[in-house]
Amino acid sequence: MRLAYLIGLIVTVWTGTASSLDVEEYKRLEGTGERVLRILSTGDLALFSPFLASFHARNPQISIEYSVVSSGELHRAIRDGANVDVAISSAMDLQFQLVNDGLAKSYRSAQTASLPDWARWRDQIFAFTAEPAVVVISAERFQGLPIPETRQEVISVLRDNPDRFKGAIGTYDVRDSGLGYLFATQEARSTDAYWRLSEVLGRLAPRLYCCSGQMIEDVANGQLALAYNVLGSYAAEQAANETSGRVQILRMQDFSNVILRTAIIPATAQNIAAAGAFVDGLIAAGQGNRPGSWALPLLDHTPETTSPGFGPIRLGPALMIYLDPLNKRAFLEEWENAMVQRQTP
Amino acid sequence: MIATTSLGRKLTLLLAGVAALLSVLSWSMVTGLARQAAERTQDNVLSASVTTIAETLRTEQGEVRLELPYSAFSMLGAISQDRVFYKVVAGSRLLTGYADLQVPSGYGPDQGPGRVRFATGSYLGEDIRMASLTRFVQAGNSPVPVTVTVAQTRYGIGAITSDLSRHAAGLSIAFFLVAAGLTSLVARASLRPLKTITADVARRGPADLSPLHHKAPAELAPLLDALNRLMVRLGQSIRRSEDFIAEAAHRVRTPLATVRVQAEILLRATTGDAERQRLRQMIRAVDESSRSAGQLLDHATVVYRAEALARDPVDLGEVARQCAHALEPTAAMRDIALRIETQRAIVRGDPILIDNALRNILDNAIKYSPDDTTVTVRVLKDVETVRVSVTDQGPGLGNGAVEHLTERFRRGCNVEGIVGSGLGLTIAEAAIQAHGGRLELGKGPEGQGACVSLILSA
Amino acid sequence: MRYLLVEDNQELAEAVLRRLAMDGHAVDHAASLEAAKDCLAAADYDLILLDVMLPDGDGREFLAQSRKRLDVPVIMLTARSQVSDRVGALDQGADDYITKPFDFSELEARCRAVLRRRGGSAKNEIALGPALFDPLSGTLRRGETKVDLRSRESRLLEVFALNPGQILSKGQLMDRLFTFDSAVTENAIEVYIGRLRKRIEGMGFQIETVRGLGYRIEAQSP
Repeated sequence: MRLAYLIGLIVTVWTGTASSLDVEEYKRLEGTGERVLRILSTGDLALFSPFLASFHARNPQISIEYSVVSSGELHRAIRDGANVDVAISSAMDLQFQLVNDGLAKSYRSAQTASLPDWARWRDQIFAFTAEPAVVVISAERFQGLPIPETRQEVISVLRDNPDRFKGAIGTYDVRDSGLGYLFATQEARSTDAYWRLSEVLGRLAPRLYCCSGQMIEDVANGQLALAYNVLGSYAAEQAANETSGRVQILRMQDFSNVILRTAIIPATAQNIAAAGAFVDGLIAAGQGNRPGSWALPLLDHTPETTSPGFGPIRLGPALMIYLDPLNKRAFLEEWENAMVQRQTP
Repeated sequence: MIATTSLGRKLTLLLAGVAALLSVLSWSMVTGLARQAAERTQDNVLSASVTTIAETLRTEQGEVRLELPYSAFSMLGAISQDRVFYKVVAGSRLLTGYADLQVPSGYGPDQGPGRVRFATGSYLGEDIRMASLTRFVQAGNSPVPVTVTVAQTRYGIGAITSDLSRHAAGLSIAFFLVAAGLTSLVARASLRPLKTITADVARRGPADLSPLHHKAPAELAPLLDALNRLMVRLGQSIRRSEDFIAEAAHRVRTPLATVRVQAEILLRATTGDAERQRLRQMIRAVDESSRSAGQLLDHATVVYRAEALARDPVDLGEVARQCAHALEPTAAMRDIALRIETQRAIVRGDPILIDNALRNILDNAIKYSPDDTTVTVRVLKDVETVRVSVTDQGPGLGNGAVEHLTERFRRGCNVEGIVGSGLGLTIAEAAIQAHGGRLELGKGPEGQGACVSLILSA
Repeated sequence: MRYLLVEDNQELAEAVLRRLAMDGHAVDHAASLEAAKDCLAAADYDLILLDVMLPDGDGREFLAQSRKRLDVPVIMLTARSQVSDRVGALDQGADDYITKPFDFSELEARCRAVLRRRGGSAKNEIALGPALFDPLSGTLRRGETKVDLRSRESRLLEVFALNPGQILSKGQLMDRLFTFDSAVTENAIEVYIGRLRKRIEGMGFQIETVRGLGYRIEAQSP
């Protein structure tokens, strides 16, 4: 199936195997049986390893191949019919579009039925974590300054201290990162502070990243004073490993995106039974039923219950709006105007 | 009797069938309406969505521009979990969306530009509903027609429809059950006159052939008529057979009577002892045969009547009084006094049979009593039973086995010289046993004479 | 006494007629209901003997229809079963009934009983010397003296009264006095003659023994 709006992307004919992808991390767990469960995921091994081990212990006959790719890579691979049994991504919009375009299989079980309505769509896409976007700062670099709690306060502190923050601000390069693009578009839709903040950031020569991990690392090692829109789960993991206490996680009080990490079983999946079991395991773990093996946030640990209005981004056709090439082009133009062109005044 | 299909069941089934038909009809109507409503809702939302997108159409530097507003798709996501496809075409050039979405082109007679048009089709193997809107946008020198199409799968309609359909089915089933329940009530109510007539016929005694008088519904009037005509014919036929028996008896007995009277006359006129003796024997033979015939006939009648026993209230005191009264002349001929001690005592039964039993007992007592003695008839009553006892001052029932006396043709061993067939007590016992009573044979009060008692439950 | 016999069987009717005439009764015979109606219109009767089955109808129905205008005792003659006929006959207004073939003495007894119930009649008294005998009630009167005879005594006296001056043998008396189903000897007659003689003492007549022949009633020589 060829879709005309895949502009800006070089259409490549994939051979249909994970090996032809640009794989960042790879792990294989050998099973006793012949069946191999191929998982394509945007989740770092560091986060998923305990769960994989636990799943493998429960299903020793299944061999598991776990490949970590970027969300864009994953989207392309599924669209091109790669031999994948489960696709896990935090880029909800891309995942949703795959489902909408009929590239996912339906799957029903007692576990999927236990999900709340907002965490699944058409029995084809299943959310298993709810993760907020956060701001990570270096406590060291913020010394003597008030800790901002809203975007307006972030704008104020950055504008008031341009010297201290110049070149020390990090955020996603939304042109590369699917998750970054999702955060940006959803934020732009939800709060008018986004464009003002982007203006301020653009003047401070921001450093643009592809992934949350690198950004947090740079905060930890002091290269960055502030990383904007970082996936909370990575930040929390980093903060836990960090002993110096430099990394501080801030959750914006005016508005905060919550994304749902989702799994789908692609229409081309070969090993459907194992894929279903894996999805069931993810859902069970996301609901807190696999303590000890789960390093990710829980699905029902969402701010939905604690602070109203901070609900997760809805799974629905509206997610596809910003994937439309015309819309995307317009958005990126505006973003570049704010962020990139100011870099080289 | 052969019972074919029950009328009540037939009626119930018929009405229930109608109810079922109505249930199915209403269910399919509700389902159809639900589908229509759901379709209209989807059309409205698709129309709103496509309109929202079309409103963003504009020209920038000679180029057609548009953006998809967030609300255009979020409204589609709000009503159902249906997949969404879209396409924007300017002239013949695809601006954005799903290129291979087949949109019917052209306008209908009442669909011009600026009007949303709908179509049903299929995409990616799914049924879809499409809304399209065409607007002309000035691009360069000439206006270009830009067609915005938004399509949605129809799962939601199916889900809403099947949900409503399930509810409607539930309601229809409930309606049907209620209707079926009412139906059986109605059927029972309309068949009640039939039951009343049946019960009336069943309740009747065997001899009651009077016509039925009921306010019957028009449908039952012919049945009632036929029943009444049957009763009349039955009554006639019974009367005819009774007449036949009577005629037969008449034919036999009348000549016998003639013989007897002639013999008596002859006896008066004859003086020779030997001839007189022969005449007496003749008379006795006539008496014996007529009595036997009568008692055989009586016995048969008792057996016949006992089979379908009437249960009328009978005053035993009155029966005893009348019996004694009827036999009084016979007793008086031999200077036998009849003493009657009766009281009112009602039992249920056939008065003719009870009268016959008592008359046989009393007749026996008179027959076997010596001249110048007394026969006493007493009616005694206690809580549960009524006893009619006939006591004589005769020779008693002898020392033989008393219970054998009621066997057919068995006579006491001390009754030589008295005309009798031996059926009297048998008839009496059969008649009383038919009433659930019994006959008791014993000695008189001072050990003298016989006492025959007839015992019935009160 | 005047009887009306309604009986269609000619032989039986003739025999009954003859037998009743022997006792000094006047009897008319009707062979049908029509004839009976004619007789009833022409004469008064003391008693009607009515057969049940007649060529032109049922005796019981005739009785039920004419009972209101007919104030005469009726005895039904029936050949039917006793069980079913009894109640019916009496219900239709008969005074009594008797089943064919009948013992004539029983018929007489029933006739007497019916007549007695209806109030009797003095005209049937028979003169015996100075005394008057009413066979219906069994009373014997001479002036102020009155004797009530018992049933058999009364019958015995009646036999003598209806045959004044005749010698009646023991056998004849026995046949008149006893039913044929009882085994009695001629000694019984002697017993009853003895009793009757005691009862009629002083009544101005006596029963004489005619040795070897029988008995005879005779007015006492003053």
